[in-house]
Amino acid sequence: MKHARVIFEGREQHGVAHEHAGRPDAAVRLDDGRVVPQEDLVFLPPLAPTPRPRTILALGLNYADHAKELEFKAPEEPLVFVKGQAALIGHRQRTRRPAPVQFMHYECELAVVIGKTARRVRREDAYDFVGGYTVANDYAIRDYLENWYRPNLRVKNRDTCTPLGPWLVDAQDVPDPMALALRTTVNGQVTQQGSTRDMIFDVPFLIEYFSRFMTLSPGDLILTGTPDGVVDCRDGDVVVTEIERIGALVNTIEEY
Amino acid sequence: MNPTPYLPSGTVYGTLLNFRAEHEALAAQMAQPPYKAPPKAPVLYVKTANTWSPHGSVITVPSGVAEVEVGASVGLVIGEGGLVGSHVLLNDLSIPHASFFRPPVKFKCVDGFLGIGASLRRPADPSAIRVEVRINGELKQRIDFSQLVRPAATLLADVGEFMTLAPGDVLMLGCDLGRPLARAGDRIDISAPGFETLSNTLAQETA
Repeated sequence: MKHARVIFEGREQHGVAHEHAGRPDAAVRLDDGRVVPQEDLVFLPPLAPTPRPRTILALGLNYADHAKELEFKAPEEPLVFVKGQAALIGHRQRTRRPAPVQFMHYECELAVVIGKTARRVRREDAYDFVGGYTVANDYAIRDYLENWYRPNLRVKNRDTCTPLGPWLVDAQDVPDPMALALRTTVNGQVTQQGSTRDMIFDVPFLIEYFSRFMTLSPGDLILTGTPDGVVDCRDGDVVVTEIERIGALVNTIEEY
Repeated sequence: MNPTPYLPSGTVYGTLLNFRAEHEALAAQMAQPPYKAPPKAPVLYVKTANTWSPHGSVITVPSGVAEVEVGASVGLVIGEGGLVGSHVLLNDLSIPHASFFRPPVKFKCVDGFLGIGASLRRPADPSAIRVEVRINGELKQRIDFSQLVRPAATLLADVGEFMTLAPGDVLMLGCDLGRPLARAGDRIDISAPGFETLSNTLAQETA
């Protein structure tokens, strides 16, 4: 199932992806049975609330080609940074770009949603701890990069700069998360293509690695990094980050 | 009076290099690789929820780690309207590390690695706060919060330039140079006038 959390008729509701006008996933079937087209809904990140603030881990340089593009050698251990929840927004929302910046780029990423408490999990058991998957667009504004705790929070923890969704796809519906096509379009032009099979550190490795020193809780997120092909996005650009089986996450850039 | 220990409801952000002495100690390295320039914006990190240890709790030191660095600090607890609602004493533990080039997740986001004071104090001028750190009763560090690179109001403004702190979020003012080391078996007490003392004990991880 592909789960969504939306605001409709002034209140938050849960639903699942549904066909509309011949197009798959173009609507949401709400829990009360009504089918509502995507354009009539406000999408929230597709995550249930957590009792404590969720941990959002994000990988840098986790695809060999992207590491090369950014003139870094591939890391020997995961390069990870942490975000706060305020960075997250839903599908079909707007992400703010400061007017003076020169280079703001999307990053299409497979996001792993932890399903049960994970502590010292072994790689071979790791998938048992995944609740589902969604798509993240982990925007970066390179103008603000500094070499202190790089990538620093001014680059990576900005309000509205991490769209997530549209769907939380149950793990059982994604038999091989390490063989999914990713692509990004900007105003309909394909600018980024890759496959999750090219991750340097794959999902089971990452769960084993993190859970060795930090307990992961249900609802925690791991954003697994992005492949080659990031380009600058400007005011009004419509950016669609899409992952096979997981969904197509639409976002619009808005300058301020 | 209040039997339920305080735990944050939002995200806890730490601040690096916000004490003058800490900044000066690194000044000679700042122009060199990998940093290449002094930091411009506040240098922040996140203490994830798995690190939170209430006052009085035992904090586990992972096997293979001999000593941990004690980063005593004061957290600004954000209230309604984004204003500071209160202050809390914090014990920001780290596995000692010399480089600040990459985010310190594996050094700072270890389970239990943030002691959190039992109670909140209504805000006074944070620059008037004086903190003492004791290990097994012995005074190891005195911290004077008038010695910040960015005083609380400046720090809040500069952080707010790029991210919104929500009610319940906590922003730490920083940890001064001279952070003491502690090891399994040690009791760490962090005290300041007007605050209840924050105490935690370290224990070695058992396999």
